[in-house]
Amino acid sequence: MAVATYTSILEWINFNNPYDNPFTPFLSDNLPYDIAYGLWEILGGTLAWLINLLFPNNVVSTWLLCDEVCVLMSMLVFMLLIFIVAFVVVLLNLWMERKVLGRVMDRRGTMVGMKGFLQCVADGLKTFMKENTIPSKVDKMTYIWCVSLIVGLSCLVACMVPLSDRWYVVNYDSGLLIIMAFYALAPFFILVSGWAQNNKYSLIGGLRAAELMISYEVPMLIIIATTSLLCGSFNINAIVAAQSEIWFFIPQFLGFIVFFFCAIAECERPPFDIAEAETELVEGWQTEYAGMKWGLIMLGDYLRGSVSCGMVAIMFLGGWTIPFIGGTAAPEIVFLIKAWFVFFLMILVRGAIARVRPDQILNLGWKVFMPLAVINLAIVLLLKIGGVY
Amino acid sequence: MTDSLVPVLEAQEKMDTDKMWVIWGPQHPFSHGLWTLKLKIDGEFIVDADPIVGYLHRGWEKETENRDYARIIPMTDRLCYCASMTYSHLYCMTVEKALGIDIPEKAKYIRIVADEVCRIQSHLMWLAAVGTDLGNLTVFLWAMREREYFLDLNVKLCGARMTTNYPRIGGVRNDTTPLFDRDILRTVERFEKAMWDIIYLIDDSSVFVSRMKGISYMTREQCANLGLTGPAMRGCGVDFDIRRDDPYDNYDKVNFEVPVLNKEKKVGDTYDRYMIRIEEMFQSCDIIKQAVQKINAIGKNAPYRLKTPTKVPAGTTFGRLEDPRGESIMYLVSDGTDKPWRLKVRSPIFTNVSCSKAMCDGIRIADVPAVLAQIDMCLGETDR
Amino acid sequence: MADVIQAPTVDQVSEILKREFPDISILCVEERRVKVKCPREISHDVCVFIHDNLTFEHCSVVTGVDYEDHMMVVYLIANYYNGLMIDMDVDVPNDDPHVASVSDIWGGANWHERETWELFGIVFDNHPRLERLLTPDTYEFFPFRKSYKLRSQE
Repeated sequence: MAVATYTSILEWINFNNPYDNPFTPFLSDNLPYDIAYGLWEILGGTLAWLINLLFPNNVVSTWLLCDEVCVLMSMLVFMLLIFIVAFVVVLLNLWMERKVLGRVMDRRGTMVGMKGFLQCVADGLKTFMKENTIPSKVDKMTYIWCVSLIVGLSCLVACMVPLSDRWYVVNYDSGLLIIMAFYALAPFFILVSGWAQNNKYSLIGGLRAAELMISYEVPMLIIIATTSLLCGSFNINAIVAAQSEIWFFIPQFLGFIVFFFCAIAECERPPFDIAEAETELVEGWQTEYAGMKWGLIMLGDYLRGSVSCGMVAIMFLGGWTIPFIGGTAAPEIVFLIKAWFVFFLMILVRGAIARVRPDQILNLGWKVFMPLAVINLAIVLLLKIGGVY
Repeated sequence: MTDSLVPVLEAQEKMDTDKMWVIWGPQHPFSHGLWTLKLKIDGEFIVDADPIVGYLHRGWEKETENRDYARIIPMTDRLCYCASMTYSHLYCMTVEKALGIDIPEKAKYIRIVADEVCRIQSHLMWLAAVGTDLGNLTVFLWAMREREYFLDLNVKLCGARMTTNYPRIGGVRNDTTPLFDRDILRTVERFEKAMWDIIYLIDDSSVFVSRMKGISYMTREQCANLGLTGPAMRGCGVDFDIRRDDPYDNYDKVNFEVPVLNKEKKVGDTYDRYMIRIEEMFQSCDIIKQAVQKINAIGKNAPYRLKTPTKVPAGTTFGRLEDPRGESIMYLVSDGTDKPWRLKVRSPIFTNVSCSKAMCDGIRIADVPAVLAQIDMCLGETDR
Repeated sequence: MADVIQAPTVDQVSEILKREFPDISILCVEERRVKVKCPREISHDVCVFIHDNLTFEHCSVVTGVDYEDHMMVVYLIANYYNGLMIDMDVDVPNDDPHVASVSDIWGGANWHERETWELFGIVFDNHPRLERLLTPDTYEFFPFRKSYKLRSQE
C-alpha cells in the first residue's frame, strides 16, 4: 500500500489513470470497475464511432474516448453496478423471507410470478403508485430529510460491504469500523424523525429505537473489537484472510451468538422490532410515512438486514473463502450463499419467537449479551497470549 | 432556588406534562374490531385506561322486539362470529324455558357437541389473536389451521362454517349426518396431538412466557366484583363454571373436570389466564368424546326436535350459559304474542372489557396487547 | 344484621330476605333461582345485604324493561359458591325514573347501568359516570323505550 502524504482532494482526481493514484480505493484488481470500464468502452466507443460516421474527425468523438472521460464515465457505471447488485441481493432476501416464512407457517408464501419473486416488483409498483401524503402538522424539513438520510445511509452501507476481495468499493485498513459507523447512524435519524412527525406513536417508536440502540450497540462493538484483535486488523480482507484455515466462529462461538442477535436488533427485524411494533404502535416511527417513502424505508430496512448478514459472514463464517480450498472461481457466490444462510437463520428466529418487550431487550443487552461479549473477549485474549493466534 | 421560579414550577405541576393520553383505536392493529382504548401513560407505564365501545351498536335487542321467535335465531349467530353456536343455543334454551318444554335427550347431547366444537374453535381463534398480538404470525397460522378442521365439522353438522343457524326452539335443525361421529372423533384425536405443536412453540419459548408472566395480576375478589367471567376468571382462582355449577342441557350427565388455576393463591396473572384456555380446549375434547358416545347410545331414529307453539306465554325468564368467553345470559320478557317484549343479551366481553382499567393498571405499553388479548375481544356481541 | 352465610340455599335466601326486609315480596322460587320484587327505596340496602351477608359476589346483569305504564330495573345477581341466582325486579315510575346505583357494590354493574341509562333513560343515582356508552353522545332520546318506534313499527 502506498505511503504518501495526502494534502487535498485534488490529489485524488489529478490522475489520468486512477491506478496511478496512491490513494485509490481500486488497487490492482477491482472486478466491478473492470466490468464498468469494459462496458463504457463498448458504450462510449459505439457512441463515438456513430458520431464519427456522421461527422468525421469531430471533437466530440475524440473527447469521448480520452482517458479522463473514460475513467469518469466508468466510475458512474461502476456506482450503478455496485448498487444494482446490492439491490438485487436485497430483493432475493425479500423473496427468501417470504417463501421461508411461508413454509415455517405451513403455507406457500407468495406465488406472484417467477415462484413469487415478482411480488417484490408488484410491491414496489404499488407503493410507488400510492398518494404521497404529508401530514399538515409535521416538521416538513426534518420529516423528509430524515427518511432520505435513513434510506441513503442504508444504501451506502449496503454498497460498502465487499462481496469478495475483488468486488468492493473501498478497501481501507479501517473498513470494518467505517461500515459499523455508518451502520449505527440510522437510529439517530429514526429518533429525530419520530420526533418530527408530531405523532405519539412515532414519538414512542423513535424513543424505543434509541432504547434499542443503547442496549445492543455496546456488546456489538466489543465483539467487533474482539474480532479485529484476533486477526490484528480492521481491514476486511485481512479478517477474511485470517480465517482461511479456521473460521472465527469456532474460537469465538459466544461472540457469534451475541453478534447474530445484535445484528437482528441492528436491522430492527422481528423479534427486536420494538420501534415499529405494529400491535402496540401501529407502525411505530413509520406511522406517518406514506406511499413510496414507506416503501423506501422498508427497502432500507432490508438493505441493513443484508448488511447484517454480510457482516456475520465476514466476521465469523470466513467471508468468501472456503476452508482448506481458499479462493474459488466465484468467491462472490460463496459469500452470498453464506450471507443467505445467515438470513435464513434470521427468518427462522422471526418465525419462532414473539416480539421482545423494550425493558427485556435492555435486560438482554446489558445482563446477557454484555457479559457474554466480555467472556468472549477474555477467551480471545487467552488464545492470543497462549500463542494459538 | 429563586422565588421567581416557584410559580413556574407550580404551573408545570398543574400542567401534568409528564403524562399523556395515547388513543388506541378505533382503527388500531391490536383492537380486533372497532373499539378504542384510551391509555394515559407515564413514560412506559400505564396509569389510567378508558375503553370506549359502541361503534358497532346496531340496536340488536330492539330489532328482536320486531320479529317472531323463530326468526331471531339467525340473528343470534351474528352476535359473535366465533361463538355463534353458543348464542343460538342460549336463545333457544331461554325460549324453551319460557315455553316450559323439555327437549329430547338426543338434541341436548347434539347441542353439547356443537357447543364444545364452537368453544374449541373460538379458543383457537383467540390463540391466533394472541400470537399476532405478541408479534408472532406462526402461532396465528398454526392455530387457524387447526381451527379449519373444527369449522369443517360445523359444515358436516349443519352446512355452514361460522354463522350456523343450527339450534331450533325445541331441539336442533337436523340429526347428525352419517359418519359424523367417526369424523368428530378423528378430528378431536388429531387435534389433541397437533395442539402440542403450538403448546411447544409457546410454552417452551421463554420470550412468549416472559411476555405474559408476572403482569396484570387480578385477584379473585376483583374478578368477582368487576364481573370478569369465563376462562379469565378461572385463571385467577374463581372456582366457578356454569356448565358444572349451574348445569343446563345435560351437562350434569357428562363427567368433566373444570380447570381452575390458583385456587389457593386467589390471584392470577396473564399467563394463568392464557393457560386456562389451553386446558379448556382439552377438556372440551373430553366432553365431545363422552357426548358422542351418548348420542350413539341413544340410537339413530330417536327424535331430535319437538314441535313448539309460536306464541310464548307471558312472563319473564332468563337462560344462562357458559360462552367460550364467559357468562352469557339472555333475559326474555314475553307478553303472550309471537314476538318478544324485550330480549336482553348479557355479553361476557361487554363486562370483561370494562375491567380493562383494572387489568391495565401499572403495566407497560408493550404489555397491553398481551393482557387484553386474554379478553378475546369480539365487538359484535359487545356493542350488540 | 345477620351473619354471613356462604352458599345459602334457595329457601334460606328467600327466608332471610323476607325476615330482614319485610317490604320485599318473593315472587317465585325455582331450582337455583329466586325471583324477588323490591321497592326502589330500599333496593340499595337489599343489594348491600345480598352482597355482604349472602356472598353474592357477582352482578351479572342490570337492565331495564319498559312496560309502557311503568319501567322496571332487573338485577341478576350470582353466587359463585353454588351457582344460585337472584332475579331482583325494581319497579320505576315513568315520571320519576330514578333508582340507586349499585356500582359501588359491584364494580361490574357500572357499564350495565350506563347502558340502561342511555337506552331507557333510567337514572342511577350516585353513579360515578353516567354517560352514554353505546350510542353517540349527541343522542337526546332513549332508543329502547317503547315510545321510540322503529320504522317498521310505526
